[in-house]
Amino acid sequence: MSAIAPVAITAPEVRRRRRLPARAWAGIGIVGVFVLAAVLGPLLMPYDPVATDLPHRLLPPGSRLGDGSVAWLGTDQVGRDMLTTLLAGSRVSLLVGTATVLIGGAAGLVVGLVSGYFGGWADTVLSRFGDMQLAFPSILLAILIAGVLGPSVTNIVITLAVTRWVIFARVVRASALATRDLEFVDSARVLGAGSARILFRHVLPSCWQPLLVAATVQIGLVMVAEASLSFLGLGIPPDQASWGATVSAGRDYLGSAWWISTMPAIALAAVVTAVGIVGDAFRDLADPRAQL
Amino acid sequence: MTATAQETEVVLKVSGLEAGYERPGRYGFGRRRVPVVAGIDLAVRAGRTLGIVGESGCGKSTLARAIVGLRPAFAGSIEFAGADLASVPARRRRRMSRDLQMVFQDPYTSLNPRMTVAAVIAEGWRVHPGIVPRDQEDAEVARLLGLVGLRAEHGARHLHELSGGQCQRVSIARALAPRPKLIVCDEAVSALDVSIRAQILNLLGDLQSELGVAYLFISHDLDVVRHIAHDVAVMYLGTIVEHGPAADVFGDPQHPYTRALLSAAPSVRDRPDDGVQEIVLRGEVPSPTAPPTGCRFRTRCYMAAEVCERKVPEPVPRDGLPQSVACHFADSAGTTAPG
Amino acid sequence: MTVSAVHPAQPPAPGDVAAELRDVHIGFRSGRDVTPVVRGVGLRLRRGRVLALVGESGSGKSLTSLALIGLLPPGAEVTSGSVVLDGADTGGFSARRWREARGDRVAMIFQDPMAALNPGFAVGRQIAEPFRRRLRLRRREARERAVALMREVGIADAESRYGDHPHEFSGGMRQRAVIAMALALGPSVLLADEPTTALDVTVQAQILRLLARRQQEADLATLLVSHDLGVVARVAQDVAVMYAGRIVERGPLDDVYTRPSHPYTLGLLEAMPDARDGGRLKPIKGVPPDPRRPPGGCAFHPRCPFATDVCRDEDPPLAEDGDRAVACHHADEVTASRETEEPR
Repeated sequence: MSAIAPVAITAPEVRRRRRLPARAWAGIGIVGVFVLAAVLGPLLMPYDPVATDLPHRLLPPGSRLGDGSVAWLGTDQVGRDMLTTLLAGSRVSLLVGTATVLIGGAAGLVVGLVSGYFGGWADTVLSRFGDMQLAFPSILLAILIAGVLGPSVTNIVITLAVTRWVIFARVVRASALATRDLEFVDSARVLGAGSARILFRHVLPSCWQPLLVAATVQIGLVMVAEASLSFLGLGIPPDQASWGATVSAGRDYLGSAWWISTMPAIALAAVVTAVGIVGDAFRDLADPRAQL
Repeated sequence: MTATAQETEVVLKVSGLEAGYERPGRYGFGRRRVPVVAGIDLAVRAGRTLGIVGESGCGKSTLARAIVGLRPAFAGSIEFAGADLASVPARRRRRMSRDLQMVFQDPYTSLNPRMTVAAVIAEGWRVHPGIVPRDQEDAEVARLLGLVGLRAEHGARHLHELSGGQCQRVSIARALAPRPKLIVCDEAVSALDVSIRAQILNLLGDLQSELGVAYLFISHDLDVVRHIAHDVAVMYLGTIVEHGPAADVFGDPQHPYTRALLSAAPSVRDRPDDGVQEIVLRGEVPSPTAPPTGCRFRTRCYMAAEVCERKVPEPVPRDGLPQSVACHFADSAGTTAPG
Repeated sequence: MTVSAVHPAQPPAPGDVAAELRDVHIGFRSGRDVTPVVRGVGLRLRRGRVLALVGESGSGKSLTSLALIGLLPPGAEVTSGSVVLDGADTGGFSARRWREARGDRVAMIFQDPMAALNPGFAVGRQIAEPFRRRLRLRRREARERAVALMREVGIADAESRYGDHPHEFSGGMRQRAVIAMALALGPSVLLADEPTTALDVTVQAQILRLLARRQQEADLATLLVSHDLGVVARVAQDVAVMYAGRIVERGPLDDVYTRPSHPYTLGLLEAMPDARDGGRLKPIKGVPPDPRRPPGGCAFHPRCPFATDVCRDEDPPLAEDGDRAVACHHADEVTASRETEEPR
């Protein structure tokens, strides 16, 4: 995402015309806190995330432990500190979300550009293939692929990227298709510019903005999908913490220790909502000049 | 090169051109050809201006776009700089575009709004390396800006910071940058206000006498074409109906359509009740993709006869006339009043 | 049957003033600020005559015409002066009064006929609409009136085309239909904003001829707004030239065209490409000003070859002289310059 953002946001017309609203900054702030936590996680973690501590299992949030420290978010069924688990999980969740969107976005960008700019049979084949995939429930497809590949962080990224690239491809295709027929592209053609130059200099810059907007929306959805897969036991292996896996693990204790499932669910909801708000803000910025 | 030699040298020769657009075939596979212009013959002389006039739907824009390679040519030839543009391989075609540039009607849509003025002008040198050494580009951009009546500091601006007339000057500088032999101007002054239009027309004239560039000047505005063109071709529904020196075509029009067009064009010398009876044609232009049989003008012509339905009139020079006219009754058109 | 029969009472005489603008100012309001765009325009529209309002983009000519029909765009308003229709000051007109006046007293034709036609309904039905709604005619009667009107504006096979939708009409035919709608209720004032700009030359000639004919027959007072000096010359008897929100020159068209007294009028006429001298054109230097921030003094002075110090400091008033009026400190010099050049 960071590779995309600077190009699109610094387009002069956008910078000049409108500013991000306050809620977008709040969203960016929340995301920033989680990203920081994920990056600095190991330094901040009060405990080893996988070490078990059975005497202190299932303690509610705010409990004081034997050594005098406080488990602010409680402990889980094997005595692991929930805050530590959340921090460790944020690494995986954010990594999966970002990596999936980058890979899926890159694949979608290439396919969308080829499809939208060149058109013809390539477009027909790619678009129909995309349509077919979209018609198939994506979580079902993910379960299928994840089941074949087996649980690992790499595999879940691959799985989710495969289910998401179509969305990016469609967004990019639409904008490449619109730009292709603009007169300044004709003008470059008259100048003698080849397809490569026209694609990279004239068509691609128009595709960044919608792609970025799609990415911010998808990053949240991908994290939810990761959680779903992990919840089903098809995502992150049990020895690695992930929000989805933690929610799943707390399932049996919902009656007695609600915080195990609730804490990661709240974190997930907060990040997804914040990213969504940022995405909306970018889309609003992009809208007035949607014709470009 | 002497003036006379320059005058007779032809830079662009179009023969029997049929062009239009392609639509995707069924299910997106294959292509369907839709011709818009057919049987086009014309020539542009070096350092001269050929004007093309006609109403919307006459195919003048399609013709311009076919010549610069934006629309496919289905038949005929476009001879330019010793090659047939209609049949050279794409790569060579692109190299040749250096000598053949175009100015579009609307500079705001035909220039990339994300680029600075300098980048817009210098793009031709990126595409065709070797025209201007990299270290002299800034100076050359400044020179071109001066040539079209802008200042060097305009180079750093974006297009939305300039007025319409200034943007059109940038378009002209961009077209001049690769030092072309011919510039196709497609309604290049039509979007401009009267006072600005005169500035740009003067600029085009000055550039021609200074640089010897030839223009293919397309416009619906007869006064503008009459002002700038040495030769003129009148188009109707995808064909050229009259073609010759501007003074003769405008001064002594032979084709009934040219006559109607000229009489319909408003002029500041007209008055509401001056008694001058303009020729008002009946009806409107038929679809260019399904033209009438025989003479394409016959459905609106005040002279149409049975022969017009059967036979396509050939554009032939008439006795003692400098222009060629595609009409079965060209010899009598000048004397017969519209009925 | 002619359309004017809708108004059987006292036939108005040609030459009567049907609409008048008195020192009208129009501005765009944003919050408490008003940005003036039209600054003191006075015009009289007389029955049986066409007054042309010419000017380049941004001169305020379209806003001026919209004020006459109460259709200023959102944010724009008449800030001072009065708009008089058939002797009634429209200043106090409610939205309802305006709706009643439109069509009945004043009608308008726009550049794009598609904007005036509802793409979802048959053209004939749209022309019959005012007969049904305003005159409360029965369906059959309204239809007959509409078909007759369509014939009058030159729509061939009016009977069979009654049910066609706008997209089935060509550009010229659509404009004819819009003219029929505008004339349906026999208004006394017709506003035409660039009515032929979107049309081809040969079709334009047809529409101009139609407008001129209907104008004569119905004894309309017409305001023709156009940027095209040639189109104007063909149909208008009087002309008013606008620049940067003001009228700079006004008078009988033939008089103004042959003896312009304002340097802008002179510049416009001389900038027209003309066959007579194939040499260089004489463009007006510079570019039109931003209408929201016109230069001080005379708004034209930065582009004017006659400008002196007084033009920079003082905005000249529109000075009346018989049926001519001009707002220029150097009007005599301008007129003289044209006269010395003419006999070539």
